[in-house]
Amino acid sequence: MSPLHRLGAGTKLIGLAACSLALLAVRSPAAAGAAVAGVLALYAVAGLGPRALWSQVRPLRWFVPCVVAVQWATLGPLAAAVLTTRLVALVALAGLVTLTTPTSHLLAALEGALGPLGRVGVDAERAALVLALAVRSVPVLADLAGTVRDARRARGREHDVRAFAVPLVVGSLRRADALGEALRARGLDD
Amino acid sequence: MTEATEPPAGATRTVRSDRRALDAADAARVATFAALIAVLGLPGSLSLFGNAVPITLQTLGVMLAGAVLGARRGALAVLTLLALAAAGLPLLAGGRGGLGVFVGPSAGYLAGFVAGAFVVGLMVERLRRVTFTGVLVAALVGGVGVVYAFGLPVQALVTGVPLPQTAWLSLAFLPGDVLKAVACAGITVAVTRAYPAALRHRTREG
Repeated sequence: MSPLHRLGAGTKLIGLAACSLALLAVRSPAAAGAAVAGVLALYAVAGLGPRALWSQVRPLRWFVPCVVAVQWATLGPLAAAVLTTRLVALVALAGLVTLTTPTSHLLAALEGALGPLGRVGVDAERAALVLALAVRSVPVLADLAGTVRDARRARGREHDVRAFAVPLVVGSLRRADALGEALRARGLDD
Repeated sequence: MTEATEPPAGATRTVRSDRRALDAADAARVATFAALIAVLGLPGSLSLFGNAVPITLQTLGVMLAGAVLGARRGALAVLTLLALAAAGLPLLAGGRGGLGVFVGPSAGYLAGFVAGAFVVGLMVERLRRVTFTGVLVAALVGGVGVVYAFGLPVQALVTGVPLPQTAWLSLAFLPGDVLKAVACAGITVAVTRAYPAALRHRTREG
């Protein structure tokens, strides 16, 4: 357990927000270099290696070459290097928070932040219920999607989006409404 | 959960406490559609050019959430999905998740999903009858227009590329998104026929 792992989820989120704003102000090669050094140092403190770093910036691998080409053409090579470095550093830093914080802690921090919003009509308890129901619904709907896809294949309509989505949406709605009834039967609306 | 409290007496039972929170039926639909948008974002639900182009149906899910659930519930379904993704679950298109996507070039599009679902819902709620054309216009305005209106400026800010060039860069995704709006219209009309209770909030809220 590194110090970064032990830090509270809320603290890390606030720190990330502050660092994001600071990184958006980076304009010079020196500042970009400092940002990279800082992010790498934080990964080292967390005891995470290049593999973990790559897992977080990997989604950018197609986007970066495209955007560098455009930046180079419109702003010149130096600006392209600075801006792209800044972007990758920012994504890596956000990824570090994800890597060092369990999902349950982040969700708890989020629900905690909703608490004070009660006065403007946000029901934190109901929000927590919806989040939990959504997590449980993902495998159920993935299953339903698989069933529908197999049926579609059996009828030879593999590439018809509508033949896939209509039964999936109707099945989801039926399930949702049954779930709503079950929740109401347990006194959720009382 | 808290213990069930005393139900309000008599006549007030029929008045829905909409201002307070989502009722059970709404909570179930919001949660289920959050999961549905996630499932539509799984790779392989649609493949173009043999999976070379990683296009998923996630934005179709966003449009459908607005069209079928209405403005408020649709936006809440998207918000629920984004909260789970921010917490680290790999539920966004192509198995992405974590906080990186919320500071990267796609951040504005994610915010646009919430606003987009809301606008699609608002426009479909205002339709006298759910027709293909009506839903198509709503999906184009909310699911494409609003999403890009949020996404492009943020992408320009994060990448430092001027807005016009950013818009050109993103033009590659426009045909796919227009096709998804067309699909959304067809699917919404078909779903309302197959499951008339689908849009029950239309009659309930007038």
